[in-house]
Amino acid sequence: MYRYDEVDFRLVNERVAQFRDQTRRYLAGELSEDEFRPLRLMNGLYVQRHAPMLRVAVPYGMLSSRQVRKLAHIARTYDRGYGHFTTRQNLQFNWPALETVPDILAELAEVEMHAIQTSGNCIRNTTTDQFAGVAADELVDPRPYCEIIRQWSTFHPEFTYLPRKFKIAVSGAEQDRAATLVHDIGLHAVRNAEGEVGFRVIVGGGLGRTPMIGSVIREFLPAKHILTYLDAILRVYNRFGRRDNKYKARIKILVKAMTADGFAAKVEEEWSHLKDGPATVPDGEFARMAEFFTAPAYETLNADDPAFTAKLAESPAFARWVARNTLKHKVAGYRAVTLSLKATGVPPGDATAEQLDAVADWADAYSFGELRVSHEQNLILADVRETDLFALWEQARAAGFATPNIGLLSDIVCCPGGDFCSLANAKSIPIAAAIQQRFDNLDYQHDIGELELNMSGCMNACGHHHIGHIGILGVDKQGSEWYQVSLGGSQGEHASLGKVIGPSFAQDAMPDVIEKIIDVYLAQRHADERFIDTFRRIGVEPFKEKVYAQAAH
Amino acid sequence: MPKPLIKDRQIIDDAWTLVRDAEAGAPAGPAILPLALWKTLRDSRAAADTGVWLAPADDPAELAGAAAELPVIAVDFPQFADGRGYSIGRLLRERYGFAGELRAIGDVLRDQLYPLEQVGFNAFSLREDRDPAKDIAGLHDFSLGYQQTFLRQQPLFRHAR
Repeated sequence: MYRYDEVDFRLVNERVAQFRDQTRRYLAGELSEDEFRPLRLMNGLYVQRHAPMLRVAVPYGMLSSRQVRKLAHIARTYDRGYGHFTTRQNLQFNWPALETVPDILAELAEVEMHAIQTSGNCIRNTTTDQFAGVAADELVDPRPYCEIIRQWSTFHPEFTYLPRKFKIAVSGAEQDRAATLVHDIGLHAVRNAEGEVGFRVIVGGGLGRTPMIGSVIREFLPAKHILTYLDAILRVYNRFGRRDNKYKARIKILVKAMTADGFAAKVEEEWSHLKDGPATVPDGEFARMAEFFTAPAYETLNADDPAFTAKLAESPAFARWVARNTLKHKVAGYRAVTLSLKATGVPPGDATAEQLDAVADWADAYSFGELRVSHEQNLILADVRETDLFALWEQARAAGFATPNIGLLSDIVCCPGGDFCSLANAKSIPIAAAIQQRFDNLDYQHDIGELELNMSGCMNACGHHHIGHIGILGVDKQGSEWYQVSLGGSQGEHASLGKVIGPSFAQDAMPDVIEKIIDVYLAQRHADERFIDTFRRIGVEPFKEKVYAQAAH
Repeated sequence: MPKPLIKDRQIIDDAWTLVRDAEAGAPAGPAILPLALWKTLRDSRAAADTGVWLAPADDPAELAGAAAELPVIAVDFPQFADGRGYSIGRLLRERYGFAGELRAIGDVLRDQLYPLEQVGFNAFSLREDRDPAKDIAGLHDFSLGYQQTFLRQQPLFRHAR
């Protein structure tokens, strides 16, 4: 993974000193609330319902075991012993005291981490495929490009005060696991006829209040032009994006107002001045970055080692976990393991300090000391030998990380909701827990099969409810909490936005509602048909009929 | 009484009068005029005494032809978090070749000085309640950066790392 050099260290340390001074001036009354707010947000610091919330950047989801141990230490020392992994591959602490935040940032800087631009109206953490570098369907490893974008976006002086937050996702594989169609900018690697690597550039996707699928504004952007082209897009947005209404300030609204063609033309015009300028990325820089992401020292192994296959035959529970929570690796004899942070009864994405320490140990023992965070809020050990899987499974099971539910109903993607977040209209975690409990029988879940359930506590959509096969949105109705259900959303290359099925439901009705939806699917599905495919075939009506007919009694 | 101005990293007395209101007309002597007023008066005033200021929505391309003779261009920041002026600064410097004083006016505060300087501003008229002697330190918040900017003509990756 990327390692800081003297320059990177100097920048994060200067940032810590800057923020320490800003915090001091705020506490001394020299900076007003309004003046401090954008500054603290650009350091990931929210003032929340109970305490400040600090969001730590995990650039494109990559972590070393050393960093994870530091996060565990921070959770223990400055927080209440746990952290929450987010849908942007970041980690949030929910209980730090404001005065201690500069110290936390200093601790993070020691291990090459920071909270820069994890909130605020600026360019946020660039995200990518959690299986980058190991996926069998990969065209190029997206991480060198992500790091180039991370450096370009870090303290970019021209784009420090954008109309609104700005999120970039990069995908290097055929299957889009980075949700590039629902980001402000999505970059999807492609090769042209000459075999050169470039990117399809997608702009104006997003979830939130006005969900939209992005528009392709350029089919092929040669990789060396990536930064000048991003400069051009951001400049057009910075100058012309709306600033009069924060709900209409995302780039998607500008793209829609100008039309995708009109926006593309404006970007191309701006780019004509920047193209081939000093920010053009030289081959040497790509090569330098690629050096950080070389393959680890894999052993030459045979797939399906007899000891491994024997364990599979012996233990159905282990076999089920392998089938569900591990992914085929491009190197024979290895697998990418997803550790589930979605055990029933645990807030989705939460990990305790002890769990973090355990994960760091497993990363060292089994996966070259590295791990990744997925935007589905799980953790990935990307390079585990098949012969180590059984030992890892036993330890992960003991630590509550081996629920074999990846991609199943109880693998719920969920924001912190009204229990923690001051923006939320409604709680989300207790609803997720109630649904997980209703479907706690894993055989039943496996029978239901692949199903993505996403839940957000408000229309800011941190839980990405629009792209859940089943989406749940918390809404406020005259001061009480209700839940709106949508069906038919999906991520990936056929990304679609779910449609609301009808009036919202009370909290305690939600497990029944989900169960009725599942009943319709089970009654109607063809053999081996996934929920989303059944939904696309039969439409929303049968689901509505069942859910609302019953509710009328 | 002259107001203090941070210019070229020094605190000096500001010799210019800022005319906020286009209806008000221009005083004698050095004055920075709103774009609309500057357009009507530019030919009737001494060029050396006539500057112009842009609002965030103004198009800096309107100054393209005059960049060589303008002594001062100011850019207004009605709120410090309105970042349009940063792009205007770079365009004036890098596309329209403006080499005179580029001044930030309005809600200009300590914590924005560093990025403002990077995009081409060399003069800062701080908000009236601020103390330039203290806030000038904001120019030194960072000692380097990754990107190509007006001040850093080459991005960091074009230097040996």
